[in-house]
Amino acid sequence: MPAIILLAWQASASLGWMSDTVMPSPYAVAAAAWRLTLSGELPQNLGVSALRALAGLAVGGAIGLTLGLLNGLSRLSFSVTDTSVQMIRNVPHLALIPLVIVWFGIDEGAKLFIVALGVFFPIYVNTLHGVRSVDSQLIEMAGSYGFRGWLLFRRVILPGALPSIFVGLRFALGVMWLTLIFAETIAAQSGIGYMAMQAREFMQTDVIVLSILLYALLGKGADSLVKALERWRLAWHPAFQAQR
Amino acid sequence: MSSASERSSFLIGAGAPLTLRGVRKSFGAKTILKDVDLHVAAGQYLAIIGRSGCGKSTLLRLIAGLDEPSAGKIEVAGASEGRASHTRIMFQEPRLLPWARVDGNVAIGLGPAADHAQALNRSRDALATVGLVDRAGEWPSVLSGGQKQRVALARALVSAPRILALDEPLGALDALTRIEMQRLLEQVWMSNGFTAILVTHDVTEAVALADRIVLIDHGAIAADIPVALPRPRQRGSTDFAHVEATILERLLTPIN
Repeated sequence: MPAIILLAWQASASLGWMSDTVMPSPYAVAAAAWRLTLSGELPQNLGVSALRALAGLAVGGAIGLTLGLLNGLSRLSFSVTDTSVQMIRNVPHLALIPLVIVWFGIDEGAKLFIVALGVFFPIYVNTLHGVRSVDSQLIEMAGSYGFRGWLLFRRVILPGALPSIFVGLRFALGVMWLTLIFAETIAAQSGIGYMAMQAREFMQTDVIVLSILLYALLGKGADSLVKALERWRLAWHPAFQAQR
Repeated sequence: MSSASERSSFLIGAGAPLTLRGVRKSFGAKTILKDVDLHVAAGQYLAIIGRSGCGKSTLLRLIAGLDEPSAGKIEVAGASEGRASHTRIMFQEPRLLPWARVDGNVAIGLGPAADHAQALNRSRDALATVGLVDRAGEWPSVLSGGQKQRVALARALVSAPRILALDEPLGALDALTRIEMQRLLEQVWMSNGFTAILVTHDVTEAVALADRIVLIDHGAIAADIPVALPRPRQRGSTDFAHVEATILERLLTPIN
């Protein structure tokens, strides 16, 4: 399917149906990619964006996972923190960008904070749901064989919550790229979003389209990675057995 | 000694006697069990029957150590401490961990402290006694209902329990699988010698398996009937039908 779209796109550009300034041909985009790779601009911006995304995911994901597990296991922790988390969750995190710029300026801290905040919620909500929905009959069974505390968690609760945690992770990846694009286009001096905004100044549509394509590829790549991880860790799940 | 009996010999843990003295269980203001006294001899096969909600499952959960009695004492082999470690329970549902292979699920039965490699070996032996050793490496989701319940039986047996509590373990199975499982339960009970406590609402099942049938009504023992039929029991025989009819009669007659 992507190949057919690509062919139609190239054909319409070659036949002159679309002006280069509106929509450059795939060939022109590929040429721009090559040019920017040679100049070192593309690898550098790509690296910066990927690093920001991963750092934000690591920080926000770790906090979301920890708090989700904690609130799933402990009534006390849940009653103390969940209401506050749900209130903050209902504020669109992108609305905080102006405030974040005031706090952190436009350096790396701002991007990290906003990405971490964005990925925190889907991971938190799904981890909490996962822990809560572990079959209580299995917990009772394991308890009757002497499994308690950490061992009960590792053998029963965590594997039971894992499918839900993966759902959270895939949601989080979507939020992660979205947040990053936004943050990079309005407040950055490097990264793919910055590259696209620079190109706009000079009407370089080929570079803008390249940036958009890169986001699509990065997003697809991250999703495939999680899918592979799911196939490996959730091999027991009937949904994954049917696929093979 | 044949290799088959050698394989199962590790499972033999001599049955323990079980004594309940004045056992009561209440939830809030509601009393489920009223001062139950019961003695079960070592190695006996006892069936507990009664209508739904009569308290038979609650009684079994107390025996298995899943709940504590509100009053009274439960003694296994003369001691009330540590009775849970001698007792294993088989539930109505298999309760297998979907994320562990069949042998890993059986190894759960040895508890968290078991050595991994050794546990898997013993699991395979226990799976052999229920006839599923060739499925040891599978995920539980590909097994049938009867096979899952056999894995649950292997998990209960792997630690050589002295008392096996059975909470309607065959209730969800189809009629044929049910009879097969009843035969398997009788066979492992005879070769391993544990004390078996079976909760069921199926009178035929109780008569087919038990040495003695206790009838629970409104939280108290309403009848205590020995079943002296020779084993293996013939379901169609007149003696079998007679015992079955007597017990059904008692079940259907409301007391005072």
